[in-house]
Amino acid sequence: MATINLNGRDVAVDLPDDTPLLWALRDGLNMTGTKFGCGIAMCGACTVHVDGQATRSCVTPLSAVKGKKITTVESVGEAKVGAAVQAAWQKLDVVQCGYCQSGQIMSATALLASNPKPTDADIDAAMSGNVCRCATYVRIRAAIHEAAKSLA
Amino acid sequence: MNFRIENAFQTTRRGFLKSGAGLALAVVAPTVALAETGGPGHAGSAMVDGEFSPNAFLRIGTDGTVTVVSKHLEMGQGIYTGLATLVAEELDADWSRVTVEGAPADAKRYGNLFWKAQGTGGSTAIANSYEQMRRAGATARAMLVGAAAAQWKVPASQITVKNGVVSHAPSGKKAGFGELAEAAGKQPVPASVKLKDPKQFNLIGRSAPRVDSLAKTTGRAIFTQDVKLPGMLVAVVAHPPRFGGRVKSVDDKAARAVKGVADVVVIANGVAVLASDYWTAKKGRDALKVEWDESQAYRGSSDAIVADYHERAKKAGLVARNDGNAEAALAKAGKVFEAEYVFPFLAHASMEPLNCVMKFENGQCEVWNGEQLHTADQFAIAKAFGIEADRVKVNMVYAGGSFGRRANPQSDYLLETAQIVKAINGRAPVKLVWSREDDMRGGFYRPIYLHRVRAALDAKGMPVAWQQRIVGQSIIAGSPFEPVLVKDGIDVTSVEGAATLPYAIPNLNVDLHTTNADVKVPVQWWRSVGSTHTAYATELFLDDLAMAAGKDPVAYRLALLKKHPRHAGVLKLAAEKAGWNKPLAPAADGAKRGRGVAVHESFNSFVAEVVEVTVQKDGSFKVDRVVCAVDCGVVVNPDVVKAQMEGGIGYALAAALTGSITLKDGLVEQSNFNDYPVLRINEMPRVEVHIVKSAAAPTGVGEPGVPPLAPALASALRAATGKTIHTLPIGEQLQA
Repeated sequence: MATINLNGRDVAVDLPDDTPLLWALRDGLNMTGTKFGCGIAMCGACTVHVDGQATRSCVTPLSAVKGKKITTVESVGEAKVGAAVQAAWQKLDVVQCGYCQSGQIMSATALLASNPKPTDADIDAAMSGNVCRCATYVRIRAAIHEAAKSLA
Repeated sequence: MNFRIENAFQTTRRGFLKSGAGLALAVVAPTVALAETGGPGHAGSAMVDGEFSPNAFLRIGTDGTVTVVSKHLEMGQGIYTGLATLVAEELDADWSRVTVEGAPADAKRYGNLFWKAQGTGGSTAIANSYEQMRRAGATARAMLVGAAAAQWKVPASQITVKNGVVSHAPSGKKAGFGELAEAAGKQPVPASVKLKDPKQFNLIGRSAPRVDSLAKTTGRAIFTQDVKLPGMLVAVVAHPPRFGGRVKSVDDKAARAVKGVADVVVIANGVAVLASDYWTAKKGRDALKVEWDESQAYRGSSDAIVADYHERAKKAGLVARNDGNAEAALAKAGKVFEAEYVFPFLAHASMEPLNCVMKFENGQCEVWNGEQLHTADQFAIAKAFGIEADRVKVNMVYAGGSFGRRANPQSDYLLETAQIVKAINGRAPVKLVWSREDDMRGGFYRPIYLHRVRAALDAKGMPVAWQQRIVGQSIIAGSPFEPVLVKDGIDVTSVEGAATLPYAIPNLNVDLHTTNADVKVPVQWWRSVGSTHTAYATELFLDDLAMAAGKDPVAYRLALLKKHPRHAGVLKLAAEKAGWNKPLAPAADGAKRGRGVAVHESFNSFVAEVVEVTVQKDGSFKVDRVVCAVDCGVVVNPDVVKAQMEGGIGYALAAALTGSITLKDGLVEQSNFNDYPVLRINEMPRVEVHIVKSAAAPTGVGEPGVPPLAPALASALRAATGKTIHTLPIGEQLQA
């Protein structure tokens, strides 16, 4: 049993401490917006924010996030940057299958939160850990610029 | 397997379903075509559960919500948006009030009109639905108009519909769809409806926003992985390390000792560990000690397969196409050009690893799945449980990609789920979850192929003879699709794109060696199927010939495409937009640049791509820009077409650069994205998509963007470096 601060609330998870945060969210708390893609931090589908940092939840055990603030895609839109990112994604119809997009949005939001005007190189550096097999990358790039513009 | 796709429609009967709010027409027709839009007119009511439901594809609630039922799987290709566009166009609906839900498995109502079964594939979804969905919308519109005319006591001809509002201008009367829904449900379903003239289109051709954007950007979209049922157990399976292996014995003591493991069961293809959550089930699996019976296991290696194919390619195979006499023309020729091309196994590697949710109770099975082959899967599951197919209810949810993998002709992962459910006597619903490693090592790859192509030129440098030999496994053999797609021993998917070569070559021969008797690796279609390899061999080899003839590759192709205006059309458009007639701008730092082109038809759509690359001194390179032209007939949603070309290009680029599954002594050497690298954002080129204006029947776009990329890229790399890539993936061949 662990207690974590998730999307602004303390919640109890009835799973062992070594359970990755990803599975605690999905199976323990039925928060299914955060996705399972690879299990080894190679695809970014499971990206959440831990104290504002983009973090691969599939390799982050529950024990490592106690006392830290966790934000998932379900609530990222409650803050200005996340809302702008989601709006840009919708405006440009970035998604195809959509499975990786929660993670893309979490990574993009973390990028814009720390770097309001990212260059293409900044985007490559921040986003290359997030795989999209539908290859929506052209639009992800455009949407990040779009969100940056809307926040400026 | 008993199911054959011809058998999907055995009965001829019409049924009426009684339901709460009235009588809904449920047509069960002898052919799927008749099942469209409610079929022949009837006098019953079309209300179901308080919603106006004039046909199987559409419901209108009394709140004005329009729900379109998609018979096709949304796996990213935008089909929910496309089908809804067709319905909403003829219905004159307010796009913001349109939602889409997935259809259940019901081949008679929701069959693919191009197949004799329900399913999504072959880039057929828009093509087969184009009229059917429009009729569904037009039928509902006519009934709404009829209801308004009756209520307002005005002639129906004076009523207009726009943006979800029904109006009668002379009297000033107006009503929303919701207000008329109940009355419309009492209108007779018209036997025939008039469809709009394309000039009247408000939505078709205009890029309506995707209907799934909101759900997929907020984490609310439900994929199979997200389905959770009360009491459900998650199953993780230990599969045999080699294809064809079986469980000999299992020591599950340590697995059962993992806290939370609910059960361990042996199934046909492994040992399943069940727990209420994935992580516990996985821990249990990791603790299993399984001894495998490998007496029937396949122990081949990719290198040996390729060496064997190289030998086979020296002898003639079964003839797939024969014009003139290619061998005689080659024998007479002064110089014979020859090349061999080798293609690896490829995993689909969708973002959502394979999974399936299933429960069985009271003699009824219910399935939740990113369901791509409804009818075949329904029959296969029914057989597994020994029940009738109509006792298998399939709930289609979003698929996190597929690229062909979820359309498994053997229903592999669904039957695996069924076996687990059976093994626990249906006492709990089961969610099968494959790890990424299970997914990557689970087989059903694009097969290894080897092509050997020979050609000769006439005095003007134009090809006079072309002989192409293809060696590889048949995807279709042994599947329910065999009666339709294997003809005289030739799997049409092995030779498509080669046997259909459009170029005017008087002596043209294509033959095939099928290797399924010896190579026992499970194989499957992979986005654009045969064209994944045939386009590379044909286009790159034609490029060789143009180069040998000292001719411009675009002009050379155009001279050979006089009878194929749509190939020529996209080729010209791509070349023009890419600035083909101007030299490529040099790189600032002295790196080499190159440009290449390819054109290919697949699934009746035509795509040409021009690829530009920059190659560094050390042989590393970057794809800078891809200019794509596509002709897919009438365009329902230009932005979705554009997205599919962008995505197809990226998917193809991943395979061309690094995609390769290799076997060594029967073991798959790759396991995850660390050793099966896929395209990342820093490798994605700029992509420009240009769509040919066309009034031809709409054709698919999910796959056709893929085939031209690799040959155009190889041509560009050759232009930059002089080196020809004969073996895919490109990997580090230029760094040597």
